[in-house]
Amino acid sequence: MSDIVFYLLIGTGILFDLFGCIGLLRLPDVYNRLQSATKCVTLGTCCIAASLLARYGLTDYGLKALLIIPILFFTSTVAAHALARGSYKAGFPLWKNSVKDDYRDAHSTEEGKE
Amino acid sequence: MDIALYLLIAFCLLCLIRIILGPTVADRVVAIDIMGILVVGICIVLAEKTGRSFLIDVGMAWIILSFIGTLTMAKYLENKKLNE
Repeated sequence: MSDIVFYLLIGTGILFDLFGCIGLLRLPDVYNRLQSATKCVTLGTCCIAASLLARYGLTDYGLKALLIIPILFFTSTVAAHALARGSYKAGFPLWKNSVKDDYRDAHSTEEGKE
Repeated sequence: MDIALYLLIAFCLLCLIRIILGPTVADRVVAIDIMGILVVGICIVLAEKTGRSFLIDVGMAWIILSFIGTLTMAKYLENKKLNE
């Protein structure tokens, strides 16, 4: 039973990693690539860690793999947020067919009030 | 388990293609960040394959180093010093 869960979780993880890498190659600008790749690859690696927990239970392997999951969730989301904000402030352009830019709208209204 | 290892290494090579092609600096930084997370997966699979649990500790240290590096690059893109 635990072997079935192990192979299922590791297959799911590798599938999500594949989707993230395809998004990284395929999507047109830096913001799209960031959102596709960060979410998919974080979930995929967390599934791989959870698969180790499912096979070994609460031994040293399982507990270390369990510790990886919250660290990975916190650090990768914070890093992606900081990177998106930094690249917007640096002025990298959106894709030419983008239809909406909420960040610019919010900031222009704030500056208008001041 | 071997096939999982080879697939993860192939995904790292896909990220390497984006690092080489990437038109701007931000694309390269994103690809390096993603590659760091993939290497953590490689460390976990290697720990399961070889039976040495210290490789998971290597993965944990790799997460934190990749985090610090990405934050530094984000500050650099924003034209700020590290203590701002």
